[in-house]
Amino acid sequence: METRRKFLKYAGVSLLGLAAAPVSRAAASYIPHESHTKSRAEALTGSRWAMVIDTRKLTRESDFKPLIEACHSVHNVPDIEPPLDIKWIWTDKKEHVFPGKHNEFQAEKIEHKPYLLLCNHCHNPPCVRVCPTQATFKRESDGIVVMDMHRCIGCRYCMAACPYGARSFNFMDPSPHIKELNREYPERMRGVVEKCNFCVERLAEGKMPACVEASDGALIFGDLDDPYSEVRKVLRKEYTIRRKPGLGTEPNVYYII
Amino acid sequence: MLETALKGSPRYWGWLVLLLIIMGIGGAAWYVQLDQGLQVTGLNRDVSWGFYIAQLTYMVGVAAAAVMLVLPYYFHHYKAFKKMIILAEFQAIGAIIICIGSIVVDLGQPQRMLNVLLYPTPNSVLFWDMVVLNGYLFLNLIIGWVTLQSQRNNMLPPKWVKPLIYLSIVWAVSIHTVTAFLYAGLPGRHLWLTAIMAPRFLASAFCAGPAILLLVAFILEKLTDFRVGEEAKKAVAKIVTYAMCINVFFFLCEIFTGFYSQIPGHMHPMMFLFGFEHGNYVAVLMWIATFLAFLSLALLIPPKLRENHKILPWALAALVVATYIDKGIGLLVGGFTPNVFEGFTFYAPTMPEILITAAVYASGIFAITILYKVALTVQKETS
Ligand code: SF4
Ligand code: SF4
Ligand code: SF4
Repeated sequence: METRRKFLKYAGVSLLGLAAAPVSRAAASYIPHESHTKSRAEALTGSRWAMVIDTRKLTRESDFKPLIEACHSVHNVPDIEPPLDIKWIWTDKKEHVFPGKHNEFQAEKIEHKPYLLLCNHCHNPPCVRVCPTQATFKRESDGIVVMDMHRCIGCRYCMAACPYGARSFNFMDPSPHIKELNREYPERMRGVVEKCNFCVERLAEGKMPACVEASDGALIFGDLDDPYSEVRKVLRKEYTIRRKPGLGTEPNVYYII
Repeated sequence: MLETALKGSPRYWGWLVLLLIIMGIGGAAWYVQLDQGLQVTGLNRDVSWGFYIAQLTYMVGVAAAAVMLVLPYYFHHYKAFKKMIILAEFQAIGAIIICIGSIVVDLGQPQRMLNVLLYPTPNSVLFWDMVVLNGYLFLNLIIGWVTLQSQRNNMLPPKWVKPLIYLSIVWAVSIHTVTAFLYAGLPGRHLWLTAIMAPRFLASAFCAGPAILLLVAFILEKLTDFRVGEEAKKAVAKIVTYAMCINVFFFLCEIFTGFYSQIPGHMHPMMFLFGFEHGNYVAVLMWIATFLAFLSLALLIPPKLRENHKILPWALAALVVATYIDKGIGLLVGGFTPNVFEGFTFYAPTMPEILITAAVYASGIFAITILYKVALTVQKETS
């Protein structure tokens, strides 16, 4: 009966090419386009959110773990083995994070330690440019690159276009791989792409992103358009680099090395 | 006119049943893929497009075969192509069906496909690809059907198809160009980020498409009493030869740019493709493709060999395999390897992927078979 029902569902909807009948979980994962939302009074507002990562404060595995766990647990990011894994924030070797900036004579402690990666919320995002359904879009209000999980057709063009490998695809139903479900945040379904959303849902409630909160000052978050914001203060003081700046995507995530 | 497809030899029916069986098996595999997600494929986080999109890339080229015959026939009144024209137009229809099918089976959420039309996004090349592919499908259906119908009624085709035919010539170029732009416009994918991507697509299409058409013509001549004519065959073989020379030349241009500049981003994908870095089955295929490409040129360039009908089909087959490996598999896997982290992630198509692809091909070939049956019956009735 179960398979028959499933079959009818697929056969019917695929043939008609219509949106699937609302399955309760699917409905829960709907993040509406900004046009139908109103922000609350306590919301944090900015016009160009950005993050500075102070890599000097993040060296050991134990420095990264709480950040990654904070993000992945609030956002119901499933724990799946590579290469089908889903990750919003993770670490990798320097030559992978900053290809082209490899320097074999660099100090050991800089060259051979993990670096943090997440979506750069590019000012000029190629993932938005290529998406055929506007399921990935940049919010006009604050420049965050977000996704509408209900519109995504799973073509994965955005994954080919993102030069930072920031996007993951749900190759399978993620729910059995979620350790502890956070009912405050929607789950995804198989067949759609996802990535870090700069914690839009927390900003709307007046909270800082989960990873920033868990970072003990190693991550600094703020509005680039506000000259007195924390991020602008840090950027004035420290030498920072961004990933693959030569591609013209204008990443909004900065690294202090 | 379609009723002519209902009368056929047992061999014709057997062929259709075989195609239906392949479609059934692949359809079942697709059902499994819909149920379990794309984990049943060999795709992964780093190589996010693979075998399905490779078929799109290749078959878009095959769809273009039509233009290489339509153009001389209508623009230069080259009458020798009279009989082959309809075959070319119908082959294009089957090829486009395979292209569209390959996109659909690649989607994670195919039931939402219409979102592309509900939220038209002109800045997305994929949106334009849908537009041009569907447009080309309808253009060829209308042109092919109307000209055939008037031939059957012993009349000249109505005047209004002429502009459509001219439009289809330009349109054929657009399906290649747009599909090439799908790749060429992405920052950070070094193998694809090249201005000659669209010209390369055109060159490989203009050799592979007519080559397949000519092979099909040879088969039809064997199986039926249909004859395309010697002059037409000679002319198509010449077109194939020139296009292949340009295709190989373009490829060598890419090699030069990568290796003389020694920019790592440009060299690495090619080193991978030819097995100098993380070599795997792709490198073996690429070397086979290289060998077959030069073999086909060696057999096609000397007129004596090219005009020998014992050798020509082999030269064409070698060319088809070589271009398929290069443009289908090499371009896709090489584009994703090394990945954006300059690392290596293995990709190879899995059994479900191959079965589903076989079903997509079977549906395209099914359409071509029926259309050819109609075309050949009409040609027989009227000649
Ligand atoms: S990092 Fe990738 S996913 Fe994030 S905005 Fe930039 S291009 Fe898009
Ligand atoms: S996978 Fe989804 S988000 Fe990405 S380009 Fe396709 S529709 Fe847009
Ligand atoms: S900003 Fe939010 S969504 Fe992005 S990595 Fe940090 S916690 Fe995760």
